[in-house]
Amino acid sequence: MALAKRIIPCLDVDKGRVVKGVNFVDIRDAGNPVEVAKRYNEQGADEITFLDITASNEDRDTTVHMVEEIASEVFIPLTVGGGIRSCDDIRRMLNAGADKVGINTAAVFNPDFVREAAERFGSQCIVVAIDCKRVSAEGEPGRWEIFTHGGRKPTGIDAVEWAVKMTEYGAGEILLTSMDRDGTKNGFDLEVTSAISNATPVPVIASGGVGNLQHLADGVLKGHADAVLAASIFHFGEYTVPEAKAYMAAQGIEMRL
Amino acid sequence: MKTIAVIDYGMGNLHSVSKALEHVANDQQVIVTSDPEVIRNAEHVVLPGVGAIRDCMAEIRRLGVDKVVRENIASGKPFLGICVGYQALMQDSEENDGVDCLAQFDGHVRFFGDPLLDEQGEKLKVPHMGWNKVRQSGNHPIWQGIEDDTRFYFVHSYYVEAGNPAQVIGETTYGKTCHVALAHDNVVAVQFHPEKSHHAGLQLLKNFAGWNGQV
Repeated sequence: MALAKRIIPCLDVDKGRVVKGVNFVDIRDAGNPVEVAKRYNEQGADEITFLDITASNEDRDTTVHMVEEIASEVFIPLTVGGGIRSCDDIRRMLNAGADKVGINTAAVFNPDFVREAAERFGSQCIVVAIDCKRVSAEGEPGRWEIFTHGGRKPTGIDAVEWAVKMTEYGAGEILLTSMDRDGTKNGFDLEVTSAISNATPVPVIASGGVGNLQHLADGVLKGHADAVLAASIFHFGEYTVPEAKAYMAAQGIEMRL
Repeated sequence: MKTIAVIDYGMGNLHSVSKALEHVANDQQVIVTSDPEVIRNAEHVVLPGVGAIRDCMAEIRRLGVDKVVRENIASGKPFLGICVGYQALMQDSEENDGVDCLAQFDGHVRFFGDPLLDEQGEKLKVPHMGWNKVRQSGNHPIWQGIEDDTRFYFVHSYYVEAGNPAQVIGETTYGKTCHVALAHDNVVAVQFHPEKSHHAGLQLLKNFAGWNGQV
């Protein structure tokens, strides 16, 4: 089959700067989001995800301007997530040039928001972001729960059931982040990735934990992900997108080279 | 100054389309508009669109865009449909329990099916989302400088089955053969998003912006 698996560099943006990642204690500055996005566009990234991790609302305008600037110069799909809580927020980001929006916490507190958003804007632009942690003990069958507030608050919601429910509500794609792995560089949680990818009819993006190129390949080969997302391995020049693509293609994965 | 009109009927991300056209246009102004007069005066017209077909067609009719599309196509000027703007040019769509479209092409919009399987019997995800290869047929001016089997960015759950093979200028395989680019006289229409398809997409838009509508 000819549809390529996607590599998606992720820009975690705090106060107008790309930072290393949400769960890093030691946040390193990785540059201006517009410059970083342009670099990945030139490298042949398949999409870009812009995650606004700024806590305060006053910085939201900065995000809108940056999305506008990126969308004027980067002609690949752009997903914007973080702080998307209403249809007005979605409208604003789409008008600024985002192609898709990521809905995270708001979906947990109000699942009908996903349904409303999908009906209004179409499933193709609604990405539901799921942050989960493994809650099963060693040796038990895998069970994962949704966590909110940067992984601090458990919700009691089963991650696989939630993913299925979100697609029924109209999510066109799932962005799955393992909070256990995020920032560890130990690779994706392949078990939950594969459980959710096999249970849902829509594409799944694996996220959290990439430390090397084999992790990306494993996300597709073992996790059955349709796309793999990574941040720090690209930000600090450890690997380039073409290197990652060549590596994955050499393992028989269909890529856009 | 010559203009490219991007028809605004309230559906979808017009920013991307207009920015991409501005990026490739030479001495042409890109105007996002629903004003029939502005569209009539434009040398090139683009009909974009994302979302559900029922809502798109409802807005197209409510704003009189159906008439504008027919007039502009009949005038012989270069006309480009993209994604739902492509599907809207077919006869009808199976989406939303069946919707009549603008019937500018002999073609029907079909659901991918559930389950959709590949050649090996593996289940495929719907929407068809991502970069897929487009097999070109014919020698249409919009393919100029774009290699056969180049990947373009797709996102759709319904696909076009063309009624007239002579109008098909591009095909993609995703569980089944999808007709993803059609052309007839001064009209060309594509299922994928050239404005999101990096170099190849920009080249296609550049080809369109420089096209006189003749084949």
